[in-house]
Amino acid sequence: MAFLPDPKSRGLLFDVTRCIGCRACAQACKESHGFPGTGEETELDAVTYTVVLDKGNDRYLRRMCMHCADPSCVSACPVGAFTKTELGPVAYDSGKCMGCRYCMIACPFNVPRYEWSKPIPVVRKCDGCLKRQAEGKPTACTEACPAEATVGGTREELLAEAKKRIAENPGAYHPVIYGEHEVGGTNVLVLSPVPFEQLGMRTGLGNDPMPNLTWAALSKIPKVVVGGAVGLSAIYWITHRREDVAAAEHGEKEKE
Amino acid sequence: MRLPKLLAPFQPLLTPVRPNDRYRPGFWTYLFGVILAAGAVVSVLRYWKGLGYVTNLSDKFPWGLWIGFDVLCGVALAAGGFTITAAVYVFNLKRFKPIVRPTVLTAFLGYLLVAVGLMYDLGKPWNIWHPIIMWNPRSPMFEVGWCVMLYLTVLTLEFSGAVFEKLGWKKAVAVQHAATVPLVIAGAIISTLHQSSLGTFYLITPGKLHPLWYTPLLPWMFYFSAIAGGLAMMIVESRLSSRALGRGLEMPLLQSLAKALVVALAFYATARLADMARLGAIGEIFTGSREARFFQLEMLIGVILPIVLLSLPAVRRNSERLFRASLLVVAGLVVNRLNVSLTGLEGYLGGHYVPTIAEGIITLMLVGCGIAAFTLAVRYLPIMEEVEEPELVARSESAAPAPAAVPARS
Repeated sequence: MAFLPDPKSRGLLFDVTRCIGCRACAQACKESHGFPGTGEETELDAVTYTVVLDKGNDRYLRRMCMHCADPSCVSACPVGAFTKTELGPVAYDSGKCMGCRYCMIACPFNVPRYEWSKPIPVVRKCDGCLKRQAEGKPTACTEACPAEATVGGTREELLAEAKKRIAENPGAYHPVIYGEHEVGGTNVLVLSPVPFEQLGMRTGLGNDPMPNLTWAALSKIPKVVVGGAVGLSAIYWITHRREDVAAAEHGEKEKE
Repeated sequence: MRLPKLLAPFQPLLTPVRPNDRYRPGFWTYLFGVILAAGAVVSVLRYWKGLGYVTNLSDKFPWGLWIGFDVLCGVALAAGGFTITAAVYVFNLKRFKPIVRPTVLTAFLGYLLVAVGLMYDLGKPWNIWHPIIMWNPRSPMFEVGWCVMLYLTVLTLEFSGAVFEKLGWKKAVAVQHAATVPLVIAGAIISTLHQSSLGTFYLITPGKLHPLWYTPLLPWMFYFSAIAGGLAMMIVESRLSSRALGRGLEMPLLQSLAKALVVALAFYATARLADMARLGAIGEIFTGSREARFFQLEMLIGVILPIVLLSLPAVRRNSERLFRASLLVVAGLVVNRLNVSLTGLEGYLGGHYVPTIAEGIITLMLVGCGIAAFTLAVRYLPIMEEVEEPELVARSESAAPAPAAVPARS
């Protein structure tokens, strides 16, 4: 039941070696969504969909929704408020959401945020500028980046570009594209000069989509239902049959 | 009190089961009143100002006491409902029949309170019905939502027999009686599904949930421990209601339950430790970390100590000791569920979550409402069978005043 990455779907490639830490992306994100703040934030929140983190040695890392090919949030949501769009971004429908916040528990990248201070709260996370992209425009962050540290494109274009950069600049990159295989592939890809754990990114997530883990248990439901019904009925029949027989043998069949 | 004509058929519900049963409010009643008042204040603030105003929930800890205790423990401790009904109606262990109704009542109230608790915890509780029409079969939460809805229906129907009986509706009693076995089988299947699925929630968090608790077999562990917790709850609640009502205890039955509890605990402990050995997590128990200490606490008070105690006939035969040993199992189960939902995630998330007083008040209020509703129900509905034969009676040594929590309307 796994969903493979769609090479034609749109995503982003973020390159740590190119980022100059100007935070224009974070600022543009705020502006395009009408959120308060400066873009200098260091933690995602309900009005901060992306942050640029200073990792020392002139290295900067963007944090945002990875737009997984087979997202944990999509599988976790009991009402299907999250959907993986054909276009690429993982979309969220606040009208369906009942606010259980299982998406926040499930996300392997700890991305979804909640409006804790509102009486009618919704989940907040990067929407991949779905509207802009549907109109054929780049995401706000891509458009704002002066250093081409964040570039947009289809997943296959971005993977080819990332591989080209690694091949053309021997030694400049850690030769792995983060998101190519992680959790079954993501639409946001990251290139780094050093191993990703040195930037505080989660590694060792495996190449299987996380929803497979819960599905392994959930897919057994039909068996439990059928097996349970047959098994319990059989036990009922045996235990009560034995009683009927015993009663008949004593010739004093009791009525309950 | 006489009901208006329209409601006259329900008049029998207002007559206590036992004649001359008069209720005198005591300490517990007043305490419950105070908690209710505080709960009302918190309720207003929660819906007016939002979750962040009254809770310590945050983007780091999106689930706190209300999910960890009210939902996870509430459901697990209500597992006695499907266990005992299956034992009596499917396995034909008739002698447990006297505790079927109180146990079903406990389960019914437990699930009702889980539903009410969710009305506090959900960000948009008015959308709680959405899973009925908005399907996502890949979501464990979707499955649990459906199971809780279905099981609450099953429990309502199972419990309705006592109400029909009191009302003297013979036909309804007959119909309910005829439907019992299918209901019990459905209840057992639905319970098996969602008790385990509460564990399935956390299967999607490898690397987040500490290896002391993360296992692909988590659904099984939740299921086995819920059965043990449900058995322990039956003993605890028999003892509490016998005190409240000043009636005897079915000691031979409780002793059998205690033996079953030892078996369930031993099975759970073996499965748990063998699974941990398989995953190479045994070493984690002795690292001296915060998680290790909480794990030790959970296993010692909830599993190992009760196995030892309940294996001793001297403990099983004494109602007070039996009660305390069973209470340990309940406490251990609570620690386990809080460990999975909170302690086990703290290391990864970095930081600690401690519930606010307001969160505690709502939880206390829900538990209080459950006890109050139970007390009311056993006074006005045919829930408890009279314990008459002298050898069945083992009154508790200290005849403390009834800890009933709610004034009976007369």
